[in-house]
Amino acid sequence: MNAALLIISGTILVSTLVGVYAGRRVKMNLENWTVGGRQFGVVLIWLLMAGEIYTTFTFLGASGWAYSKGAPTYYILIYGTLAYTLSFFILPELWKLGKRHGLHTQPDFFIKIYRSRALGVLVAVIGIVSILPYLQLQLAGLGFIVEVASNGAVGSKLAIGISFILTCAFVYTSGIRGSAWVSVIKDIMMIAAVAIVGLGVPRIYFGGIGKMFKAIIAQKPEHLVFPGAAPSMDVLWIMSTVLLTGLGFYMWPHVFGSAFSAKSEKVIKRNAIIMPFYQIPILLVFMVGFTAFLVLPGLKNGDTAFLALVQKTYPSWFLGFVGAAGAVTAMVPASILVLFAAALLAKNVYQTGFNPEAGEDRIMRLSRAMVLVVMTAALALALFFPNALVNLLLIGYDGVSQFFPGVVLGLFWKRVSRAGVVCGLVAGIALVIFLVFGGHDPFLGLNAGFVALAANAVITVGVSLMPKS
Amino acid sequence: MRKGTRFALLLGAVPFLMLVFALPFVNRAEPVILGFPFVLFWILLWVALTPLVLFLAYKIEKKFNPPDDEEKR
Repeated sequence: MNAALLIISGTILVSTLVGVYAGRRVKMNLENWTVGGRQFGVVLIWLLMAGEIYTTFTFLGASGWAYSKGAPTYYILIYGTLAYTLSFFILPELWKLGKRHGLHTQPDFFIKIYRSRALGVLVAVIGIVSILPYLQLQLAGLGFIVEVASNGAVGSKLAIGISFILTCAFVYTSGIRGSAWVSVIKDIMMIAAVAIVGLGVPRIYFGGIGKMFKAIIAQKPEHLVFPGAAPSMDVLWIMSTVLLTGLGFYMWPHVFGSAFSAKSEKVIKRNAIIMPFYQIPILLVFMVGFTAFLVLPGLKNGDTAFLALVQKTYPSWFLGFVGAAGAVTAMVPASILVLFAAALLAKNVYQTGFNPEAGEDRIMRLSRAMVLVVMTAALALALFFPNALVNLLLIGYDGVSQFFPGVVLGLFWKRVSRAGVVCGLVAGIALVIFLVFGGHDPFLGLNAGFVALAANAVITVGVSLMPKS
Repeated sequence: MRKGTRFALLLGAVPFLMLVFALPFVNRAEPVILGFPFVLFWILLWVALTPLVLFLAYKIEKKFNPPDDEEKR
C-alpha cells in the first residue's frame, strides 16, 4: 500500500468516526437531527456553513475556471461576499421565525408563512430536484480526486462506493452535528493543502504571486480581466451572475435549513460578519489555476489543473494529502445535501403531501431511511449515468434562486400573498427552463436565471398588489 | 423602519455597490497593486472590507435599536 493511499483511507476513516461520535449521547429526534437542537454557537455554525460553501467545485472548479476561463472565476469571491452580507439582514429574522414555530426545513417556512401545504410540497420537490445533481457532482468529484491522488491504486467507482457508505453512516447516526464536526477535519486539511499549494506553486515556478501575474500580463493580459477566455462571460454577465448566485445562495434548502441550527440570532449576525474572511482560501485556489495556465498549457479539461500541477510539483505522499483533503471536501457537503434531501422527502413530501397525521417518530425513522434512498439514487446516477444530470446541474442555482422573493417578501412585507408567490415561483421556474434549455442563456448578455428571478419578483409583487375580487 | 436598521441597510448596500455596480469601471489589469491585476485587487479589497462594514452595521444597530425594542416587534 503506498503512502498516498494510506493518508487518503486514514483520513476518510477518521472523519467517519468523528462524524458518528458527534451524535453519541444525543437523543435523536427530528429537532436534533436536522437542526442540531438549535444549539450551535459561532464556531459550529461557521464550520457548518463553510462546509456547505467549500465543495469539490471550489477545489477543482475554481482553479479549473482560472485555468481555462481566467477572470470569470473571480465571480466566486464576489457572490459569496454578497451572500454573507444579505445573510446579516435576512437570516436573523428567519431564525426567529424558525424558533417561534419549530421550523426544520425550507418548505416548513413556506407552509407557515403562506398557509399552503401544496406550496410546501412544490418547494420541497424543486429543492430535491436541485439537490440531486449537486450531490452527484460531489460523488463524481470525489471519485476523480481519489483515483488521481492514489495514482490509480483505487478506481473512482470503488472510492465513490466506500466513501459514500461511510458518509451515510454518520448522517444516519448524527445528523447535522456529524457534518459540522467532520467539517473541522475538512477545514484544517483543506486550508493547509490550499495554502501550501496556492502559495507554493507561484513561488516555485515564478518566484512569487506578483511575478506570476506579471508573466501572465506579459503574455496574455486579457486572461486577467473580464471576460477572460470566455466571450459569453463579460462584465454584464458577471454582474447578473453574482447577483443571482449571491441572492440564491441561502435559498439552497440545505443552506437555508442550517440557519435554524444557530443558538441565537446574535450568533448568526456575528457569523455573517466573519464569513467573508473564509473567501481568502479561494484566492489561493485561483493562484494554482493561474500558475497552471502558464506551466501546463493545453490540458483537455481545466478541472484537472489543480491535481495535475500538484502531481508535477510535489512528492506523491503530498498528492495523497491533497487527495484526502479533496475527499473530505466532497463528503461534508454531500452529507448535508443528503440530510436535507431526506428530510424534505420525509417531512415535506410524505407528511405534508400525503399523511399530515404522521407522528414525529415516524417522520424521523422515515428521514433516516430516506438517507439511504437519496444516496443510492445519487450513487446509481454517478456510476451508471454520469451525464444524465448535467443539464439539471446547470439550472440548480437558477431554480433555487426563484425562492428568493417568496422568502424575503414573506419575512418583510405584510401584503405579499400566496397567489403572488405561487405565480412568481412557477413563472420563474418556467422561464429558467425555457431560456436555459432553449439555448437563450445568456439572454441579452445577462445570466438567464437572473432574468427569470427579476420576472418572478415583478410577478410576485404585482399579483400580491392586485385587489382580491 | 427603525433608525438603526435603516443605517445598517445603507451600509449593507456598500458591498453590492463596490462588488457589482462598480465592476464596469474597474475591469483593468493595470495598474498592478500588491502584485495583483487591478480588477482582482479591487475585488479582494472589498471582500476584505465587507466584514468591517458589517461590523459597523452591527454596532449601529445595537446603538440605535435598544434591545427592548427588539422584543416588542
